[in-house]
Amino acid sequence: MPQAFPRYANVLTWVVIIGSVVGVSTLGASVMVFARTPYATHKAVAYTQPVQFSHAHHVNGLGIDCRYCHNSVEESNYANIPPTKTCMNCHSQIWVGSKMLEPVRESYRTGKSLEWHKIHRLSDYVYFDHSIHVTKGIGCVSCHGRVDQMQAVYQNGTLLMEWCLDCHRAPEKHLRPRDQVFNMSFKPEDMTQESGSPHTQATLGSMLRTKYDIRSLIECSTCHR
Amino acid sequence: MSSLNNKEKEIMDLETVLQKLENTDGKQYWRSLDELAQGEGFQEMIQREFPRQAAEWTDPVTRRHFLTLMGASLALAGLSGCRPPGGKIVPNIKDPEGVTPGKSMFFATAMPLAGYGNGLLAESNQGRPTKIEGNIDHPSSLGATDVFAQASVLGLYDPDRESGLTHLGRPKSWDDVVASIKSELAKLPKGKGFYLITDTITSPSLVDQLSNEFFKDYPEVQWVQHEPSASDNGIEGLSKAFGSACQPIYKVSAADVILSLDADLLSRGPAHLRYTREFSSRRDLEKLDKMNRMYVAESTLTNTGVKADHRLALRAMEIERFAYLIAFYLKVDDVAEPKGLSAESRRFAEIAAEDLAARGKGTTLVIVGDEQPESVHIIVAAINEKLGNNGKTVSYIDPVHAKPGERSKSLRGLVDDMNLGKVKVLFVWGANPVYSMPADLKFKEAFEKVPLRYRMGLFHDETSRLSHWHIPDSHFLESWGDVRAFDGTATVIQPLIAPLYFGRNFQELLSGLSERPNRDASAIVKDYWKNWYEAPGQTAIRSSVPFEKFYRKSLHDGLVEGSRAAIKSVKLLVEAVRAASKKFEASPEWKEGSKDNLEITFRPDESVFDGRFANNGWLLELPKSTTKITWDNAAIMSFKTAIELGVSLKTEKRPELEDGVYRSPASSFGFTGGEHGRAYVDTIKLSVQGRELVMPVWVVPGQPDNSINVQLGYGRERAGKVGTRDVGADVYKIRTSSDPWNALGLKAVLTGKQHILACTQSHHYMEGRHLVRSGTVAGSIENDKWVEEMGPEAHLAHEGHGHEGHDHKHDDHKEEQGKTRLSMLPEIVSEKYAYKQHKWGMIINLTTCTGCSACSIACQAENNIPVVGKLEVTRGREMHWIRIDRYFEGNPLKPNQLKAHYQPVPCQQCENAPCEQVCPVAATVHSYDGLNDMVYNRCVGTRYCSNNCPYKVRRFNFLQYTDYASVSMKMVNNPDVTVRSRGVMEKCNYCVQRIRAAEIEAEKRGKLKAERENRALDRAKDCQIQDGEIVTACQAACPANAIVFGDLKDVNSKVAKIQKNSGKFNYSILSELNTNPRTTYLAEVRNPNPKLVSSGKGHA
Repeated sequence: MPQAFPRYANVLTWVVIIGSVVGVSTLGASVMVFARTPYATHKAVAYTQPVQFSHAHHVNGLGIDCRYCHNSVEESNYANIPPTKTCMNCHSQIWVGSKMLEPVRESYRTGKSLEWHKIHRLSDYVYFDHSIHVTKGIGCVSCHGRVDQMQAVYQNGTLLMEWCLDCHRAPEKHLRPRDQVFNMSFKPEDMTQESGSPHTQATLGSMLRTKYDIRSLIECSTCHR
Repeated sequence: MSSLNNKEKEIMDLETVLQKLENTDGKQYWRSLDELAQGEGFQEMIQREFPRQAAEWTDPVTRRHFLTLMGASLALAGLSGCRPPGGKIVPNIKDPEGVTPGKSMFFATAMPLAGYGNGLLAESNQGRPTKIEGNIDHPSSLGATDVFAQASVLGLYDPDRESGLTHLGRPKSWDDVVASIKSELAKLPKGKGFYLITDTITSPSLVDQLSNEFFKDYPEVQWVQHEPSASDNGIEGLSKAFGSACQPIYKVSAADVILSLDADLLSRGPAHLRYTREFSSRRDLEKLDKMNRMYVAESTLTNTGVKADHRLALRAMEIERFAYLIAFYLKVDDVAEPKGLSAESRRFAEIAAEDLAARGKGTTLVIVGDEQPESVHIIVAAINEKLGNNGKTVSYIDPVHAKPGERSKSLRGLVDDMNLGKVKVLFVWGANPVYSMPADLKFKEAFEKVPLRYRMGLFHDETSRLSHWHIPDSHFLESWGDVRAFDGTATVIQPLIAPLYFGRNFQELLSGLSERPNRDASAIVKDYWKNWYEAPGQTAIRSSVPFEKFYRKSLHDGLVEGSRAAIKSVKLLVEAVRAASKKFEASPEWKEGSKDNLEITFRPDESVFDGRFANNGWLLELPKSTTKITWDNAAIMSFKTAIELGVSLKTEKRPELEDGVYRSPASSFGFTGGEHGRAYVDTIKLSVQGRELVMPVWVVPGQPDNSINVQLGYGRERAGKVGTRDVGADVYKIRTSSDPWNALGLKAVLTGKQHILACTQSHHYMEGRHLVRSGTVAGSIENDKWVEEMGPEAHLAHEGHGHEGHDHKHDDHKEEQGKTRLSMLPEIVSEKYAYKQHKWGMIINLTTCTGCSACSIACQAENNIPVVGKLEVTRGREMHWIRIDRYFEGNPLKPNQLKAHYQPVPCQQCENAPCEQVCPVAATVHSYDGLNDMVYNRCVGTRYCSNNCPYKVRRFNFLQYTDYASVSMKMVNNPDVTVRSRGVMEKCNYCVQRIRAAEIEAEKRGKLKAERENRALDRAKDCQIQDGEIVTACQAACPANAIVFGDLKDVNSKVAKIQKNSGKFNYSILSELNTNPRTTYLAEVRNPNPKLVSSGKGHA
């Protein structure tokens, strides 16, 4: 009886078996990796906005506090995107003829809102509250990055769940004194320990965690309801 | 086998069951007749978690088609998953003052229903009203809401309201319609020939506008109020008894004994929420000796009857005789002993009268329903006078609504005028007379004879279809107005949102016809109240606050201070009582009812009311409290009547009638059969004075024999997409203007066909364990361990001892319990979860729960629970997170012995939860504060959790139930709760969004406090959530305060106090499974009169 399979079938079998195991796991791994790329997460992607508003100029250059525009950040889950009126508070006095600001003036004139491109888009099923994070001593920088240095705002973190949990598991990594929350250039080293030596984030964080009695909340219903 | 044999067999079955009932020890609870009859199919059915084939794809969309669709959407999902769409941020031009983005706001307003207002707080999320709560300051709400108020937000967004202002189908403008009416009025001298039909009106500003502007300009205009759900019998009767028109107000909390005569005190009428609150305040388990007692004689099983300590099922026609009998026993002057009534009824009357008479003057209360004739109201006024109640527990005010007493009388005159051609122009505002007029008036024919017909309404309905002009009306959440409550208290209705479907306000229309046009409704209402404020009678208010401040306060509080009607001082006219009594004596003799001369009673429906909510999915799908039927109405009859009429008691499909399904598309229902929720019932042809109607039959023990109850509001021909096709039968077609409520001479004949009712009754059967524990005050004083002794632990403890074990001393129990408390679940709770800070828990008080279902629909509104439709309910897939189980107890052939019990069942939040242990993807997990979190985005839809849940409280999205398509339906959703998609399990989570929101607020509060005081945070002290800060949606809605939620760790919380003080009544259901539920129950305690209690049955 002739052989049903040629000799190379032995090798081929192994190639197929190993190949499929490797292939499937590579595929899985590449999906996992892909999900973490900026292409998927939108991290560090800037967009053209209707008005070229520069946070760097307004925050760093002019020293305007975050809360001047994002006025509900301490009270509400939503930090608020300022209404046209907020822009016009100043720009009805300065740069009144600027071409760059024409969309703002037009919006104010016509009553039609500016349509900004959304940068930070949380995944579905997540309820995030700005006010509690700010109150508990998480600086704006911790999530949003150095907005004061951004000409055009981009997303600083991945906004993946692991990124949230990273801090929720160990809040001390990002804690800062309450009065430094809106300070974009705060460094723990600027503060001194009781011993007199400068703080590190580790020492400051653990000190504040005790002082503020920060819990590590990783229950599902903390964010998902 | 011939059908006769079949029937004999059924009856025999029944007798066997009844015999069984007689022989059993202790209480027997049962929920449906099927269950009682224990059909073979039933036993099999209840063994299954979800009904057979529920998991199979049985819709007209084939499986292959589905896979095609799925393939496409999967591919798309893959792509979109990588890069979520960015979206736009569209900020305001100017932020509105006082609004914090992301925070909801509450505005006080009121919902008019049948003319009367109920005070509400409407929650606005960035300008969208999403949820209704009660207004605690308002006299008829006291913080509670009813189902209609809860469902009103859905009605607001109903896309079917989009109709446009039209003349003969062509779009027209508001100015056109105003000009048209003006020119018509100009043609008619003084407006003669112009007729106006409205709903009941209590609005002070509208009444003022009508009488001081409209009728002044056009004095010959005729105005009729049409309210199919209300009767003026009460006002008529009392105006005879007291010589002037009046309306009674009860002080239920002051009454030790209440006798209710066909009055559904706890669930009908403009003040039922208040009365429920007052009634339940006297059912306090901590003050057993102060508990009130209620006797009810009624013509159909209502929530009031269910809560009664003694209930007598009487035909509506017999109530009058019963009232006179009570009067006779109480020795009211000029009342002779009425003959007739069964011996049982007479004994009931005698003992009830004895009990009433034995109490102090003014500590009792006798009430009668408005559907009863005038003479009953007169005699009840006399009884209350005799008992000294007038002025104490009953007081009288001038009728609140406009033109009292004319509502029903003027209808015939109107129709006559229409037929005679006297009506040249007819304007209908609100009411839907083409649908809801009594059939004998032939309104539709007369209506079409009127040369010009205007209609202003929320929907383009039956009346609009036959009108030349249709003008869209505005919903109460989108327009200004005012309304009075049952006691005359006025509330200014504030709009929460601009009209969504170009609706306009009736008051603005009237203003357009007057000399001062172009006033908007807010100005009209404000002007009225300014005049009121400046009237001579208001000096006290005027001297204390300026008007602007007063008006703002009125808006804020949701009621106008000082607007309550004054209590009238009235004197009973002896002649009136004598005349009524004489008239009664002359009435025909009492005859026992028979199946050849049945009685029919018409009552508004619990869900769709008089038909105005017929397009509201939330209400249609809400199981009615006593029948548990959804999406339908039915002819309610007693067990005995049903047997006499030959109705099959089994709710299974009859094979020989496969194609005989009445009014249901057989194709869509034909795939599956005999499941949970699907009841095949006989249909019956009802004929009253030659008018016929075919309806499905539903047997309710507790319905008096030879009396059939039907509910108004179904069978709409033009309700909208939801309520039009195959939703119930229109009983207005057999209603007459002479006997709109109770009529004799009904003939009922089986049609031989079957109809499918979607009924949630036999779902979630709990195997006859002692889930509801019911006892008496006397029993509780005698033995305060009865609740525990009824429980499974006690029974387990006596395994092997036999039933004599009941006599054991209690100490034995404890010892044995320890040994027998077996569990298949590991004891993990205490070690893993310390519940350091909070331990949320809920107590549901079965003593006060009236089964009104407000909790169920409040939960639906709060938690974005979808509507599934009748077909899905018949598959047992309804989605309510809190269901209200209803159990019957007693012999079904004796309606008077019937007792019914309600038990709301939400997720029990087990500490040792069986669901958590079987979820393969950890989509349901335990939280640090003891909740069973449900993580929708993790759920893959295995349904293991639901399989393993002993309480059957988990709900699965078998299909895409949530409406993602219609834009307006998105607006009704609560932004704090995930909208679930297909394939996801869901369940009650104690309104976790409210818990977390309160927690965040408390944490912020504490943090800032510690900072101010410059010290480290002490969570236990600084961040304490106050008791009552978190109120779950069900708790907030409950008029009986039967649901209490709070922190079990906080010894001062209400929930912990109840657990401590009423501990002997506190139990958890299925505790033998060692699930350790956080939701526990307080047993039902009633206060029966020992003289009326039949031979010592039952535990306590």
